[in-house]
Amino acid sequence: MPRPGFVLDVDKSTPPILFHHGEGFRLEKLPAGRSRVIYPGEPLDALDDVEGAIADALANPMEMAPLADLLTPGMKLTIAFDDVSLPLPPMKRPDIRQRVIEQVLDLAAAAGVDDVHLIAALALHRRMTEDELRHAVGDRVYDAFAPQGALYNHDAEDPDNLAFLGTTKHGEEVEINKRAAESDLLVYVNINIVSMDGGHKSTATGLASYRSIKHHHNVHTMEHSKSFMDRHNSELHHSNWRMGKVIADAGVKVFQIETTINNDTFGQDGPMSVLAKREWEWTTKDRVSFIGMQQGLKRLSSPTRRKIFQGHRAPYGVTSVQAGAIEPVHEKTLEHCFDQHIVPVEGQTDILTMGLPYICPYNVNSIMNPILVMCLGLGYFFNMYRGKPLVREGGVLIMTHPTPWEFHPVHHPSYIDFFEQVLADTKDPKEIEAKWEKQFAEDEWYRHLYRTSYAYHGVHPFYMWYWGSHALKHLGRVIVVGGDNRAVARLGFKSASTLNDAFEMAEDVVGPQPTITHLKNPPILMADVK
Amino acid sequence: MVEKKGVEKALGAVQAAAGRVPSVRDLVSQSTFPYRAPTTPLSVEPLPDERQLGADYDSGWARKLPARYARYFVTEGLVRPIIAGLAQPERRGLDRLADLDGPVIFAANHHSHIDAGLLITSLPEPYRHQVFAAAAADYFFDTRLKATASALVLNAIPIERSKVTRTSADQARELIDQGWSMVIFPEGGRSPDGWGHPFRGGAAYLALKCDIPVVPVHLAGTGRILPKGKSTPKRSRTVVTFGKPLVAHEGERSTALSRRIEAAVAALADEATTDWYSARRRAAAGETPSLSSPQSGVWRRAWAVSGQRKRRTSTKAWPDLGS
Repeated sequence: MPRPGFVLDVDKSTPPILFHHGEGFRLEKLPAGRSRVIYPGEPLDALDDVEGAIADALANPMEMAPLADLLTPGMKLTIAFDDVSLPLPPMKRPDIRQRVIEQVLDLAAAAGVDDVHLIAALALHRRMTEDELRHAVGDRVYDAFAPQGALYNHDAEDPDNLAFLGTTKHGEEVEINKRAAESDLLVYVNINIVSMDGGHKSTATGLASYRSIKHHHNVHTMEHSKSFMDRHNSELHHSNWRMGKVIADAGVKVFQIETTINNDTFGQDGPMSVLAKREWEWTTKDRVSFIGMQQGLKRLSSPTRRKIFQGHRAPYGVTSVQAGAIEPVHEKTLEHCFDQHIVPVEGQTDILTMGLPYICPYNVNSIMNPILVMCLGLGYFFNMYRGKPLVREGGVLIMTHPTPWEFHPVHHPSYIDFFEQVLADTKDPKEIEAKWEKQFAEDEWYRHLYRTSYAYHGVHPFYMWYWGSHALKHLGRVIVVGGDNRAVARLGFKSASTLNDAFEMAEDVVGPQPTITHLKNPPILMADVK
Repeated sequence: MVEKKGVEKALGAVQAAAGRVPSVRDLVSQSTFPYRAPTTPLSVEPLPDERQLGADYDSGWARKLPARYARYFVTEGLVRPIIAGLAQPERRGLDRLADLDGPVIFAANHHSHIDAGLLITSLPEPYRHQVFAAAAADYFFDTRLKATASALVLNAIPIERSKVTRTSADQARELIDQGWSMVIFPEGGRSPDGWGHPFRGGAAYLALKCDIPVVPVHLAGTGRILPKGKSTPKRSRTVVTFGKPLVAHEGERSTALSRRIEAAVAALADEATTDWYSARRRAAAGETPSLSSPQSGVWRRAWAVSGQRKRRTSTKAWPDLGS
């Protein structure tokens, strides 16, 4: 029986706590008597028969006819699927997308459907490489469809292949992939690693254009999403739900298949398994493998370390598969997500600490540049709450990460200019949005790289900054421990060499003897703050 | 005078340097987690101790490539030379193994802790490095150190002696199915007095279940090197005799096969102490001496077994007191 997540009150017997630190780790002693650590739940039991669960979901969908009944010869079928940003880290083969897509295609083949397209729903993310596509959909699917040009990446900047479907009552324009919009049936295959994913967001964002996405990927929306991990209190999701209605009203029939995975990020054995254990339960073997890993990593170059970490494939177990109409499916998916992630927490804290790992949704097989560090900490991790933020308004966020001034030139070209040019000018999200966004979003060179190379869209670094805007507005100070001083300063944050230094600096903002809460993530947890 | 000052200066520098080097005790006392075991926070219920030793010890790591390489070097570079020096083994009957193909069970009598090492290092290739040993869970796997050493050096798996469990048998079967041969001492423990114990049925059971042959092996002389109750080994000659592989007959039960294995080892013992033809004749007549002791008093059993030893006679009537 897996143990749920819990809050540990730190006392003198509490051993040092593991903090992720990019492609490395730190062990930090937290002050006794006024610190607490939020531990994630242990991996929920995985489904014994994943294939059976998929078949059952397709045969008994929610509020829709069985998939087999929706498939007819001569129909136009499009299967869209989540891109490389999910899950994190990538899962061991076979990927759940492959298993679902193969069963969908089996049914389509039995029904005699010839016109099938598969689209990676990547919105404004970089295109997936052949290897990444093969990993997601499997070799059988890739080899059957990619050579005919029927398996490809969505292009949010291709005017010929986008369909404008209308506007919401809030004036939000809805423009999505034309093939998906004009299909008789759109099957969306999703992986919900966190509660932010899925629902109407899958199609309304994943298959949309910049024209459409900009209506919810902006500072106003993000500042009013409290949090964007809590769908019912997220303006980001409200906007996507409004767009979903427009899509449905336009006659796009979506058969949504959502899947959830457990917290088995680092496996039950092997050197990484120690990362998921509670420190006082580390065995001699765990300690030896941790020491060995630490010592080994210290001696490796940064690219080698990155290669090793990026090579990790998580042995996630699939905990649920549900299919049918988007909204009931997504509500069920959220239940499964919360079962795994929710940890009840009493009250807010003065200082929130977090150890940032080597990966976020936008640096799979890539470099975690400083903007992504900000996005992961102030965007994703800060928003892992329901109710109230873990840290009080005006509190301090302390993150550990090396934050190197380093960018992937192919994946993140516009990030480089954003960091050099925009952040040198201002850190204020609203000012950035007003003054700089249009220029980057419409830049022909960035557009060309997004469409033909493997670059994130020119506007993407802006979205990363907006992702953290709720936290920026809420926090009194952000301190990065162990980061590159210049890069941290460019982000507008303070640098500290040690966690104790950071605590001292934080006391200038929150006063003496502050309360401290450490968010021990990953594996993923979401605080339900009362 | 100048030289003396120089020496004093050098000595002072050495002492100062030595003072700066932390002692092992200091290092241990100053070391913190993860170099030391973690303490459990007061508010947390510690995990119940999961039994990971004894029969529950997972020796799977010992079959992984790094451990196999390590064992190769330990066997060839350490165990074999030590055995050669201590036991000076004479290996007989290896030609009987020439037709074997695939995994087998080597079943031998048991006098000493040195038996497993002697038997494994006496095996021909490919068996020597593709073999695991069945070792008593309560003795070889009772501490982490012994369990690790047994698994690494002998590729041992724990076997319950006190009760019959399926776990050990299933694990052995699994390894045999993967192509590993097995070394087992069917007596279940070392002889306390040089006489054997009746063979238990484990080897026969596994041979029947896995449908593989059993090679009877007799080890002679190891009781003199490291008998039960002694911790310091003494050098002595040994003889390792491999018998003809035994294959179960159609419909043969494990008790019957076990008796045949015991009889074969007894015949090899006879062969080692007499000659092959005499031993064969006694075997044919059903007169092979039993490995087990006669039902008599302790001193008579010891007396009887001592008669089998070839005593080294000293040529010196008096100790050498020096001139």
